[in-house]
Amino acid sequence: MNIKVLFFASCRDLIGTGERKMTLPDGATVMDLISELASEQTRFIDMAPSLMVSVNQAYVERDSELQEGDEVAFIPPVSGG
Amino acid sequence: MAGDVYKIQDNEIKPDALYDAVLADSDGAVTTFAGVVRDNTKGRGTSYLVYDAYRDMAEKKMREIGDEVKEKWEIDCVGILHRVGRLEIGEISVLIAISSPHRKASLEACHYAIDRLKQTVPIWKKEVWTDGGEAWIEGDPSALAAR
Repeated sequence: MNIKVLFFASCRDLIGTGERKMTLPDGATVMDLISELASEQTRFIDMAPSLMVSVNQAYVERDSELQEGDEVAFIPPVSGG
Repeated sequence: MAGDVYKIQDNEIKPDALYDAVLADSDGAVTTFAGVVRDNTKGRGTSYLVYDAYRDMAEKKMREIGDEVKEKWEIDCVGILHRVGRLEIGEISVLIAISSPHRKASLEACHYAIDRLKQTVPIWKKEVWTDGGEAWIEGDPSALAAR
């Protein structure tokens, strides 16, 4: 399946881009996506525990299954206001 | 005609427009809160701030906050604006205006709304200090457990 992945703030700086198109096996979960990203950028594994994840703009848990066309975002602890 | 407003914007926040947007003839109170850029963080001089947002989701989460306060208090309209990009000292980063028939509801709702915004809305602040350093500021990770 093909998904769009968004990165913000410190996470965007680490990955080096704000948006990536990625292809994952059918049935892949958020955790599988994290593992894939960590295999490319090892420091992502250190950051991952502090990140929230959203799918199609709603917060989800790590075991959520992804679907074709999903918009996934990695969200560092927010600091608006 | 008063209405709700939830917006991430690049340009300067002007308080009067939001005040006018939420106020109807049946209201007896409007409470506004403005967050502004301070010139230091714990004594370290701030040069300017840069805000980043996941725009579509941020506006959606701000609307959810508006829906929450309307469930908890007798509220007429809710307006929440947050600016992104580079902000100078003294400029408004966030503005909330809440109208209600009676003052207590809008006072309490406004306090609740800014606290919730800082917990759930995907917006980030980068501090650029006068000593040349800069860093993305991270909020309390446990706050999102209350999303």
